[in-house]
Amino acid sequence: MGTEIRLEGSRLIVKLPKEVDHPVSDHIRHETDRIMEKTYVRVIEFDFSDTEFMDSSGIGMVMGRYRALGMKMHTILATHVSRYIEKLLRLSGVHRYVEIERDTEIIENGKGEKYGKYE
Amino acid sequence: MENTNEMKLIFDGRPVNEGLARVAVAAFCTQLNPTLEEVSDVKTAVSEAVTNSIIHGYEGEIHKIEMNCRLQENVLLVEIRDHGKGIPDVEKAMEPMYTTKPEADRSGMGFTFMEAFMDELDVESAVGKGTVVRMKKIIRR
Repeated sequence: MGTEIRLEGSRLIVKLPKEVDHPVSDHIRHETDRIMEKTYVRVIEFDFSDTEFMDSSGIGMVMGRYRALGMKMHTILATHVSRYIEKLLRLSGVHRYVEIERDTEIIENGKGEKYGKYE
Repeated sequence: MENTNEMKLIFDGRPVNEGLARVAVAAFCTQLNPTLEEVSDVKTAVSEAVTNSIIHGYEGEIHKIEMNCRLQENVLLVEIRDHGKGIPDVEKAMEPMYTTKPEADRSGMGFTFMEAFMDELDVESAVGKGTVVRMKKIIRR
């Protein structure tokens, strides 16, 4: 589950890996910068579906992409965000300019009970 | 009789070892049967301290980082020690959003996360000698 980066029109979608730490954040920063030098990017979507761990390096990387897009509202999206990732985004204040879409996917555990991943 | 356990890990200050340090501490504290959230909190705090030593303490040079962990009843104590350049003003460094490396996309949230996710945080630093971060987490389950 590595990082996958793809362009859909002017939207850059960054599917984040399981752990978003300092080396991973540096890698994403370089890759997204490289794409943004060549192509017009209006929105960056960070997809947290697979992400179980993040630290302040990940927060810095997201903040840096917001700056790179001119610090405008509605340019950074965080999707499939778990409760833990949302805690980090809120604690760092990043939630003020990042649109957060929680993970509402319903998953079933081994006992046949269904619950929202966010809960 | 006290229920204690100790671990010491010494590793090179390479970014790849940030993952090693947090996995080691997570495995070590499972003896206390922590919740997933408590494990995530500890992993994040350790990752912050080790990343600080690598980026700020040693500034990319490869030297040793020492991690000492101790379990005492339901408490996890973690100490992360480097012999790097040290922090001139610890109080300032601990302010949210304060960073000496904004150009490297550092968020300045490292100490804030350590403080938020652990029950106690103590930072001891001497310029030219290094930094010791001591953290305590009470496992409540």
